[in-house]
Amino acid sequence: MKKRVEYLITTGGLTVLYLVIMLLIVVGVLNGYYVGVIIAIGINIIVASSLNLATGFLGQLALGHAGFMAIGAYGAAHLGKYLMAVLVMPDFIKGIIVLVSCLLFGGILAAIAGLLIGIPSLRLRGDYLGIVTLGFGEIIRISIFNIEAIGGARTVLGIPKLVGITQIFILVAIVLAALYLLVRSRHGRAIISIREDEIAAEAVGVPTTFYKVYGFAISAFFAGIAGGTLAFYQGLIDPKKFTFMFSVEIFIIVVLGGMGSFTGTVIAAILLGVMNELLHAVDNWRMVIYAVVLIAMMIFRPKGLMGTYEFSLVKVVKDYIAKRKNQKTT
Amino acid sequence: MALLETKGLGITFGGLRAVGDFEITIGDHELVGLIGPNGAGKTTLFNLLTGVYLPTDGDVLVEGKSVVGLKPYQIVEKGLSRTFQNIRLFKDMTVLDNVKVAFHHKMSYGTANTLFRIPGSKYWKEEADIDKKGRELLALFKMEDNVNDMAKNLPYGKQRKLEIARALATEPKLLLLDEPAAGMNPQETKELMETIHFIRENFDVSILLIEHDMSLVMGICERIIVIDYGVIIAKGTPEEIKKNEKVIGAYLGQ
Repeated sequence: MKKRVEYLITTGGLTVLYLVIMLLIVVGVLNGYYVGVIIAIGINIIVASSLNLATGFLGQLALGHAGFMAIGAYGAAHLGKYLMAVLVMPDFIKGIIVLVSCLLFGGILAAIAGLLIGIPSLRLRGDYLGIVTLGFGEIIRISIFNIEAIGGARTVLGIPKLVGITQIFILVAIVLAALYLLVRSRHGRAIISIREDEIAAEAVGVPTTFYKVYGFAISAFFAGIAGGTLAFYQGLIDPKKFTFMFSVEIFIIVVLGGMGSFTGTVIAAILLGVMNELLHAVDNWRMVIYAVVLIAMMIFRPKGLMGTYEFSLVKVVKDYIAKRKNQKTT
Repeated sequence: MALLETKGLGITFGGLRAVGDFEITIGDHELVGLIGPNGAGKTTLFNLLTGVYLPTDGDVLVEGKSVVGLKPYQIVEKGLSRTFQNIRLFKDMTVLDNVKVAFHHKMSYGTANTLFRIPGSKYWKEEADIDKKGRELLALFKMEDNVNDMAKNLPYGKQRKLEIARALATEPKLLLLDEPAAGMNPQETKELMETIHFIRENFDVSILLIEHDMSLVMGICERIIVIDYGVIIAKGTPEEIKKNEKVIGAYLGQ
């Protein structure tokens, strides 16, 4: 099958999925509350898949993704507020331009932070790197609390609400596609080889230090985009959101879904998103239940829900065609 | 000009002199054996040559240019490639991907090309190219049926072969094999000897081989270097080495 056909199948599948969701909204099956839940899940998918790149594919324990998200959120929000006031053009076009440019800006800020933290700390391994990234996340949070110019400890208000169900759908599709394409390239192979065996990777010509920083910065970039998306969806930023526990929640999504599977991350994000809503009544016990789920997972399926398996619509179609051919010949 | 030349190469860990005054010259298309008792410094020497350790004295020249201070991946670009004593494969990658990683430094498309795969761009050309090269290489090693298997699922002998194939994929001028026969039964060792012969016939590469298995070393090497306590105690053809009293002393005790 030609590559072009394969891309068309994937795009077609996504379009159908989008139309189904829109239809359910128009018919009234999904009300505003459900749409809110779906958007929250979408943002979690973006940030968790970005963490999966650093943890699942590159193999580096990173516990500070809430920090990168916060940087992206603040960068995107403040630039967005400024641009909305300055630019003069039709609202629809202005919305798109502001959204795209601000998300990129937030992502790039987060990526720069990722470089700054990555270059000195990626010589560390395992637990040590985890502790450094954890500390970094806290530094970001406390810094934001103390910088009055960007809002300090107060909630940042007046951010344009530019993200709805359509935008989130497109963003999730773009981010997942970008990560998927990245992983299936020479860069992706270099990243995975570092997870598998750093010494062997270096011995067959992979510049491991470069690729660790590279993978970490790209991971931070997409986490920043997730942060910006969150800000433009809520129309406000609550600095108290980006705590260590939030980083852990993202981490749990990755571990549950499977380190090294974006499909798993999507499924786990949906499962935990739905579970979150069902557990509102027992909010105090939420983290306890998370912990129990995680322990059960480690005992019964330590690889995560999907391991490293990736769902592919193209593969399903191919298998179906092959099956049909078999039936015809026999 | 010699392919590889070391001058007074040595390294000291704390007070321990692991390798000292190591002088060796390897020319094109040679097969040299390196033997010595356990702890003699053989693997340390490999680590010095491939940039894992920084020598405390002496120099390593590849085609006349010093490679001391270069990172391991830069030394791969200079044409030195190695395997490991305890096999180090990318276990959760397919056999083909294991080989493809080794082509990394020969490829040049960037991140933008990865994300925007415009038809006819460098991405498609280079990926198609290494896909073909990788499959051909694996076919030479009779592993064409394993290309999509996970490396960890291969039998031991094939894992060794894959590691050698991966090292060859970097297109080295000198291949360093660290105890390739370790843990193999006599049948597998025999196959390995055939593989090494095969590599010499089909690739333009010199080989430096560390080995404990005397029959293997004596059987295929033209020149043998014996080290003990980090220093060379004998050099010569297999016949000379067999008769050398220092070697017999080091191996059997005096």
